Amino acid sequence: MHIVVCVKQVPNPEAAFSMFKVDEAAKKVVPASGLQMVMSPFDEQALEAALRIRDAVAQARITVMTLGTETARAVLKQGLAMGADDGVLLSDPAFQDGDAYSTARVLSAAIGKLADCDLVLTGRQAADWDAGIVGCGIAELMQMPVITFARDLRLEGSGVRVERVVENGFDVIEAALPAVVTVSNELGAARAPSLRETMRAARKPVTAWSAADLGLKEGDAGARAARRILERLFVPPKKGACELVDGATPEEQGSNLAQRLQQAKLL
Amino acid sequence: MSARGITVVAELSRGEPTALSRELLGLARGLVDALGGPLSVACPAADARAAAELIAYGADRVYASGERSAQDYDSDVWTHWVAAATREAKPGAVLIGHTTSGADLAPRLAFRLQAGIATGCVAISAEGGGLQYTRPCYGGNVRETVSFNTPLAVATVRGGCYDALARDSQRTGETVTIGLDPAARRARVLERQRESGGDVRLEDARVVIAGGRGLNGPDGFEVLAELARELQGAVGASRVPCDLGWCPHSMQIGLTGKTVTPELYFAVGISGAGHHMAGCGNARNIVAINTDADAAIYKDARWGVVGDYRKIIPSLVAAIRELRSSDRARDT
Repeated sequence: MHIVVCVKQVPNPEAAFSMFKVDEAAKKVVPASGLQMVMSPFDEQALEAALRIRDAVAQARITVMTLGTETARAVLKQGLAMGADDGVLLSDPAFQDGDAYSTARVLSAAIGKLADCDLVLTGRQAADWDAGIVGCGIAELMQMPVITFARDLRLEGSGVRVERVVENGFDVIEAALPAVVTVSNELGAARAPSLRETMRAARKPVTAWSAADLGLKEGDAGARAARRILERLFVPPKKGACELVDGATPEEQGSNLAQRLQQAKLL
Repeated sequence: MSARGITVVAELSRGEPTALSRELLGLARGLVDALGGPLSVACPAADARAAAELIAYGADRVYASGERSAQDYDSDVWTHWVAAATREAKPGAVLIGHTTSGADLAPRLAFRLQAGIATGCVAISAEGGGLQYTRPCYGGNVRETVSFNTPLAVATVRGGCYDALARDSQRTGETVTIGLDPAARRARVLERQRESGGDVRLEDARVVIAGGRGLNGPDGFEVLAELARELQGAVGASRVPCDLGWCPHSMQIGLTGKTVTPELYFAVGISGAGHHMAGCGNARNIVAINTDADAAIYKDARWGVVGDYRKIIPSLVAAIRELRSSDRARDT
């Protein structure tokens, strides 16, 4: 059983948004210098799902894979410290300024090169662009079945059985392997790196692949393969006309609020 | 995009087009009026009656399978079927509701049809003969507006961003049947577990009372439920209480939860982070109740109350009851 978990390095989404600037002219979100770069939280949960499978079946090998610059090695290291067995870094100037489509193409090429992958896991969406496209994209490009928004997954027979979150409940879905599953926050918290795994992480192998290693030509990746054109990036305006409802006591505040609501015909 | 029209993927609930599907028709009608081309609807489970409803709400043509069993979302069968309908309709854009079904279908469809893809849009506009798609990103703190260099784009649209057209039973349109292909199924749904919702559905509620980390514990939701009962509202939550197990995840409102657009939204103990506001920012009136006078939520609220919700909400409930009983006394 070989599980590949695709993870993305993002600026810490838990940081206050005042730590970010939006450069509208350059159409870029600029994190404050020194803002920590982390593994996107849903991807951490995807890795957690893989680790739980290995806890249950023992003989699974887990590869963490990321597309990014050299700095993205940090999320592979984090993944290895959480318990993954090896890492793959996909890094090439030709991969830069891509979109979800070009990213899915590069990841698919790399998963294909691994040749023995049984299960691909990703987070439901990355915490920077919040798009939730790449997981389904990999499945379509590799013609694998896909199940999104998993809150629980386990191996069953020769397939994977997933509880998929829907608006007012969940579906239980089964697919044959190889398959792609995207993991949602309902899975529960990811484990922290253990001391033992962190010590071992330094000795675990990390492979770096370029466009040429994946047999990708110019136009197959990055900006040249992208379909999305970013027209504008901006901070949404706030409404900003809040009336504070006062009162000497909480009782008075409650009753004053009730009167406001009644005057506005909202009761 | 030339005058090739738009295809809307409609979902049904109990045989009727969902509110979001009707909103998409309203949006698409406006766009085809500006750009030209027909407005077609792909609705796998539509029967003759549902097709007539979709036409009354703005469709020129309805693609249907005629099989009501297709009402429940099945990823492979729907993707295959909607792709077939889209190849038939040849639109410039396919618009899908941003539901758990739509968010699954849209990227698969886009990759299969070599199309561009934008998820969770809050606005789509016709600019210079093409379409531009605006969507929240970076946890709802930033908006991006994108277009695509492909002949076809697929987009999911959040609820409450557009108005449905008034129902007009005089409108005419045609229905085209495309058969479902069960052989397309690779992932098999074994079971559909649903919470028995005797209460008001969050997405449909006129009043929503949502609690956050500031509730300080699961019992806080009982305080909110009291207000919900008084106003026939629904109780929701930000992500933190769901992740802490104070309430089920089905109550989560926000970027990764539900999108709600009530008349009146109470944000109780919610700081107002972008990822939460992405799910409730389109509410008509927001009331913020928080102990932190500097919470970001007050920037989005119409009314703010600074204080302890455990005291404020019971007194609000009592005051509402009193106002109502004095109204009734005046009426009689």
